[in-house]
Amino acid sequence: MISSDEVDVASLPDPGQSVIRAHALTRYFGNKCAVNGVSFSVPRGSVCAFIGRNGAGKSTTIRMLLGLLAPTRGRSMILGHDSLELPPETRARIGYMAEGHPVYPWMRVSQYGTFQKGFYRRWNQGMFSSIIDYFAIAPRTKAGELSHGQRAGLHLAMTLASEPELLVLDEPDTGLDPAARRSLLEAMIHFTRNRERTILFSTHLLDDVERMADHVMVLDYSVLRVACSVDLFRDHVRRVLAQFSGPPPRELPDIRGLLRATAGENDLTLIVANYSGHTERLLESVGAQTVVEQPLSLEDALVAYIGRHGKKDLFSAGRVES
Amino acid sequence: MSGWRVQIATGSGTPIYRQIVEQVRLAAATGALVAGQGVPSVRSLAEQLLINANTVAKAYGELVRDGVLESRQSLGYFVAEKRQVFSRGERLRRLRQAVDDFVQEAIFLDFTADEIQRAVEKSLTALEWCEKATEAGQ
Repeated sequence: MISSDEVDVASLPDPGQSVIRAHALTRYFGNKCAVNGVSFSVPRGSVCAFIGRNGAGKSTTIRMLLGLLAPTRGRSMILGHDSLELPPETRARIGYMAEGHPVYPWMRVSQYGTFQKGFYRRWNQGMFSSIIDYFAIAPRTKAGELSHGQRAGLHLAMTLASEPELLVLDEPDTGLDPAARRSLLEAMIHFTRNRERTILFSTHLLDDVERMADHVMVLDYSVLRVACSVDLFRDHVRRVLAQFSGPPPRELPDIRGLLRATAGENDLTLIVANYSGHTERLLESVGAQTVVEQPLSLEDALVAYIGRHGKKDLFSAGRVES
Repeated sequence: MSGWRVQIATGSGTPIYRQIVEQVRLAAATGALVAGQGVPSVRSLAEQLLINANTVAKAYGELVRDGVLESRQSLGYFVAEKRQVFSRGERLRRLRQAVDDFVQEAIFLDFTADEIQRAVEKSLTALEWCEKATEAGQ
């Protein structure tokens, strides 16, 4: 399930446990393809991190899931409904925090509580107030005077006060100071006290992915490359060090799943998806004397998927970065 | 509860749940945690470490399976009485495996037999005070 090219997640049987399912979701803006045939599912009760470089298509995907943007092709389901035909009562069960935390600058924080309350049948004012307090916000403050972290706190308070069962957070942690970030993570952990609740969050902070997520999705150049549990991902992506008697070869045979190859003086470090004994034999066939597996952090494994700076051809040609 | 705390590092080659397993196992083996002592609940450790509660649950599950912790209904998790869940043969097999891995790694790093032995002794000495503390406490 590491690569969406290999397994179509949406085609796998679903015992009714997914809160989100996307099938071949595609969106063009003019000629530009923003999201290309993305299929995945988010299991109920999971904390799913959605990562990818800026412009990879994360926000576009999220907006399609929520029915805020129509797909060019494909479809998605959220809480059992087609994203484009979401009844208001189902929408009320979803808490969505948009990127950048926009606010009406003239409105006071306390007024936001009253204003927002009108849109929801369920509204937990105690929850709203305690999160506002948690982010050290005075209720009389005008939203325009809040810091970036406090604006995130205000959005979080509005989102959580409606007691949703699904949280969709678009880069909630971007630009937060350490205290605000800690409050955000604490709120996320608190939210999942109820095991039926689900979080989908996009982020650039891989540290937060490692702390919070049990599932991970990687979107790279509009294509979904990873959609699986974090355990499975860590299990499948490995780093090996191949040692040679002299300089390593400049050209490599076609190694399936090769994500990154870095040359040292007499060695090659490879990060490989779906690593197997076959990879080791291929390396030995080009002169590797020893092939040793090395520990690989989740962060490095994820960066191997997203940090390639567009050098796609370099890899398919099997050439090596030095 | 003693001053003992789990500490985790992100960005490490060791997954967080494995860091928790290893630290609790070591603390129980050296006496920093003693039999019958309670450990934080899944929720409170998750909130303290700022991590997904499932990660703590997974670590505790493994520690219970290996006989390091025991779960007492509605009371939480406690350090189990030391007991061997493995036969002597199995323990020896695991020890040999651990030693082989360690020696191979050390030789790969170009250390001599002497240096390796000294490093092992130093590491054992460092654990000794904990052992003594355990004996004194019992």
